Amino acid sequence: MKRTLSLLLALLAGPSLPATAGEIWITNEKDDDISVIDTATLEVVRTIATGERPRGITFNSDHSRIYICASDSDAVEVMDPATGEILHELPSGEDPEQFVLAPDDRHLWIANEDDAVTTVVDVDTREVVAQINVGIEPEGMAVSSDGKIVVTTSETTNMAHWIDTATMKIVANTLVDSRPRHAKFTKDGAELWVSSEIGGTVTVFDVATRSEKGKIRFAITGVNADLIQPVGFDFTPDGRTAFIALGPANHVAVVDMKTFEVEDYILVGRRVWHMAFSPDHQQLFTTNGVSGDVTVIDVATREPMKSIKVGRFPWGAAARP
Amino acid sequence: MPKIRISGTVSACLLTALVVAATPARAEIAVAMTYLREEVKAPPVLSNLDPIPDDLGVAGARLALADTETTGSFLGHRYMLKVISVEPGGDLIAAAKDALASTPVLFLDAPSESILAVADLPEASGALIFNIASGERRLRDTDCRANVLHTIPEDAMRADALMQVLKAKRWTRTVMIVGPRPRDEAFATTLRAAAAKFGVEILAEKTWTFDTDLRRAAGKEVPLFTQDLPDHDVLLIADEADDFSRFVADNTWLPRPVAGSDGLRGEGWAPVLEQWGAVQLQNRFETRAQREMQSRDYAAWTALRTIGEAVTRINSADPAKLRAHILSDAFALDGFKGRSLGYRGWNGQLRQPLPVVNARALVELAPLEGYLHPENDMDTLGLDRAESACKAFGG
Repeated sequence: MKRTLSLLLALLAGPSLPATAGEIWITNEKDDDISVIDTATLEVVRTIATGERPRGITFNSDHSRIYICASDSDAVEVMDPATGEILHELPSGEDPEQFVLAPDDRHLWIANEDDAVTTVVDVDTREVVAQINVGIEPEGMAVSSDGKIVVTTSETTNMAHWIDTATMKIVANTLVDSRPRHAKFTKDGAELWVSSEIGGTVTVFDVATRSEKGKIRFAITGVNADLIQPVGFDFTPDGRTAFIALGPANHVAVVDMKTFEVEDYILVGRRVWHMAFSPDHQQLFTTNGVSGDVTVIDVATREPMKSIKVGRFPWGAAARP
Repeated sequence: MPKIRISGTVSACLLTALVVAATPARAEIAVAMTYLREEVKAPPVLSNLDPIPDDLGVAGARLALADTETTGSFLGHRYMLKVISVEPGGDLIAAAKDALASTPVLFLDAPSESILAVADLPEASGALIFNIASGERRLRDTDCRANVLHTIPEDAMRADALMQVLKAKRWTRTVMIVGPRPRDEAFATTLRAAAAKFGVEILAEKTWTFDTDLRRAAGKEVPLFTQDLPDHDVLLIADEADDFSRFVADNTWLPRPVAGSDGLRGEGWAPVLEQWGAVQLQNRFETRAQREMQSRDYAAWTALRTIGEAVTRINSADPAKLRAHILSDAFALDGFKGRSLGYRGWNGQLRQPLPVVNARALVELAPLEGYLHPENDMDTLGLDRAESACKAFGG
């Protein structure tokens, strides 16, 4: 409580700069590069060339390496974030779109959108460990914090495929609403959240029983219901609040993770897609594909603070201290 | 029963074998479907540049089958598609009876009179027929049938989509050239109605009368032909056989864009679509068919995907239950157009946004922002509930 109060006071003092510096790395799908935003100055400080159509982006746990899905180059690129140099490529299967790095930093789980396959790559040996047949257009990838379960969602098959990471086999397939986009386990591993773009919902699964525990629906005055399309989302580290990007509705929903009630809608740029918290979790950065910018949201006040121009079709976002 | 052979079947079977042990046992459901085509002899046209593909429509259904089989393989649902093509002058009714004896799901690629003849067969009373070819209004209006759904857009939807764009751009002064065939006049009528609906003027019209080889003479003839038209923003062309319109653009007296059957036009689907994940669908289609996806392919794709989506959600292949689900608010089909697709409850037309395109790019996706509707803004395109005389859906 005390901490919250001091945080509030700090925010009331004005548009102050966050205490800790950091960076947000944004992939620009139609510019074949990355924009690096300084979280203190909220300016683009570096632009780094990548392979063709960069989308998924993630750091390893000590932030010494960054992995980039270069979809149209059919490769995952491994970059040294200090120099921006591409060190090598990983075999990724065709058209890698999204991936997750297992908590052991060893296995990269990649959704191959054009190939209906999930590819598992060992980032040390740089070899493909397994390829698992999943539904058509796999996209969302999630790994549980204990690293035991990976989930792939497939957009056209409308399913979450649950994969046992020990056997690398599918153990269950659960239907979700139309065009699932993003999946994520809660930090305690008890829930799996899946967004459905065309269905317009987020489904919350109880991981133990793999049964549906809740469904979140959205409504914004003045926006056609079918244009409210949940895509990327993320959770605050206290496990209380979810921020959910609503695509062409140009809003981010704020959801209470206990009651599944929508508490707020924040206006951001056009076709909001993915997002990343600043390393201190005080700011949230959303990629707005159509407007080609990034909205910075103040997490405490839930107000948009600034729009930052980046490249064309910003897609993924990842934070580095 | 003969099945069509596709490369996807083998991999789908393998997939079934892989996951069957892991998936909880479900009742096996088999869904048999028929694609029935009446071959129509296309009229001769001036240019050979864009031949009509032999597998137009069929290729869309085949891709949808592969897409749907993958989902089915995880759920214990099997899908089978038989393709029957009846030559011009052949016995379509006999083929339809034969198909309906073994499957209640029919994708019908035929002119409107044949669609009505098949729908009215006693054998078709409980069937689920998809019109994937005819945009004629009467099938959604006075001649609608309870057992026929339409995935191909009504012609008026295409015309309305175009007029929304012209009005939004304030290109509201138009003139029109109408081709000599009955289909051209029918589309001209549709364009006139759409123009009136959205406040676009058609200042003058001329009927196309040339019988020369325009490939050589267009540069001399078309300027003269268009010289006496009043000044305008856009030249509309009604040429549904794709015969002469390609020789009009850039040969006109005044430098004006063309629209309607050529140039800027409303379509069910177009190769220039790449947003909303459409590039995935285009890639899958082109890999299989070795050509670009057209509106009729998309109509067949959405029809078969409709069945797949409904079977997946209700876990049944009973045609009455499928129809009830498809026409309900719970039905949501992802059609790669950025919005959830469903069916109009008053006449069975697939409710969908329509791309307004030129040869190189998507110009707008209709309905455009600002065209309001009390229920759903997509219903600003084509025959709305209050205008439709269709009673077969209980309206």
